[in-house]
Amino acid sequence: MDDATISHLLITFGVLAGLLLVAPGLIWLERRLLALWQDRYGPNRAGPFGLLVVLADTLKLFFKEDWIPPFADKKVFVLAPAIVVITVLLSFVVIPFAPGIIVADMNIGLLFFLAMSSMGAYSIILGGWSSNNKYALLGSMRGAAQLISYEVFMGLSLMGVVLMTGSFSLIDIVEAQRYQWFIVPQFLGFVIFLIAGIAETHRLPFDIPEAESELIAGFHSEYSGMKFGLFFVGEYIGIMLISSMVTVLFLGGWYGPSFLPPLAWFIIKMFGFIFFFILLRASLPRPRYDQLMEFGWKILLPLSLLNLVVTGGIILWMNTH
Amino acid sequence: MTLNLFYFLSFLAVLSALMVVFSKNPVYSVLYLIITFFTIAGHYILLDAQFLAVVHVIVYAGAIMVLFLYVIMLLNLNRESEPHKSNILKFAAVICAGLLLVVLVGSLKGTEAIVQQSGKAGIGYVKTLGEVMFKEFLLPFEITSILLLAAMVGAVMLGKSEKTNDTI
Repeated sequence: MDDATISHLLITFGVLAGLLLVAPGLIWLERRLLALWQDRYGPNRAGPFGLLVVLADTLKLFFKEDWIPPFADKKVFVLAPAIVVITVLLSFVVIPFAPGIIVADMNIGLLFFLAMSSMGAYSIILGGWSSNNKYALLGSMRGAAQLISYEVFMGLSLMGVVLMTGSFSLIDIVEAQRYQWFIVPQFLGFVIFLIAGIAETHRLPFDIPEAESELIAGFHSEYSGMKFGLFFVGEYIGIMLISSMVTVLFLGGWYGPSFLPPLAWFIIKMFGFIFFFILLRASLPRPRYDQLMEFGWKILLPLSLLNLVVTGGIILWMNTH
Repeated sequence: MTLNLFYFLSFLAVLSALMVVFSKNPVYSVLYLIITFFTIAGHYILLDAQFLAVVHVIVYAGAIMVLFLYVIMLLNLNRESEPHKSNILKFAAVICAGLLLVVLVGSLKGTEAIVQQSGKAGIGYVKTLGEVMFKEFLLPFEITSILLLAAMVGAVMLGKSEKTNDTI
């Protein structure tokens, strides 16, 4: 093996290990931050700042009985939680963390991300269907409709960025933001992408597929043990994915004042959005299902189309003048 | 290497396509159809058409098949509710499928020249595709988009029909 292959392997495994290590850590972070915003202590007993609660949670998940209900469709039941983790991890392939730190630079990087996020819908649908439980089925129905709809606005809101860069490659998109982050000219796209991203990861306030006050736990009601753990980890890696996509697409990726290395800037921006996601959970109530759909199709869709048309028009005007 | 990959993908494509037909459970059929779409996307990548491959995955595997699954789950199909088809129907279906096969083989025979062109560097890039679509084939492209718009308006009208009946 030559040096290039070894460094590529190192980057690949580094990204994988980093994601899988940080994802359980986010559970601790979320519980502590929620406690802070709700004037509680949160988990603070095990280890310094309660950090060892991560270890305890993971061990608990591993040692719980991994039960498949007798009325479930076994093959699909096992397959569903794997899909969410696979698709989310695959999406990280195209994300440039810093110059040179990327698993694979594709000329269709952004579309690859959209394709993988649309694949994620299957884990919800199949998980709910194979459980053979009415709450799970209701949850997966809601999830399918929500994910399909918000995928549309997510894709459309990104096209403004693509128009301004002239490329689907995420490295090109970051390099186009050397002097001005896209959050300034593409503010509307940024807001729509953020909302659609929350809906895609079905996080609060858009956790309608698993709304525990109405549907027990929605599509993963019947899951236990590590299969439930995979849904859980998939959700947290999904949050990291959306945060890093926002960073790459709208906040200039690794660019920042030079007193910190590029990777540090990327991580700071990414964690800023993770904090924001958790703050949303602490502060916003869940909308009703039809309100979510109406908001999407009647407000977000026209706005994202308007954003696309106006951006295209301005670029055309600037090219001819 | 490429040829081996091609044979592997083709084998998978044919196998999963057969499983679509032979699966008793409609949800399994849909899952096998998704695998078929992925193998076809693999073929596009082998032909150096990454854009087409990824759009194929987004549109067919990602959107259309999710809607298929959605409808199948809503219908709650199972073996008891499956209608029994008579032999005449089966015979007619075989003849129709055979005729379709003849048409497909006939039309694919004329494409050998195009297949030889593929593999050229950059042929599947978004830029190349966009230039061909918006310069050479602008009119067919626009007509197709009007067709899609008409379908969308039609779907909205169908969804609204109950309300207008009430007011009349």
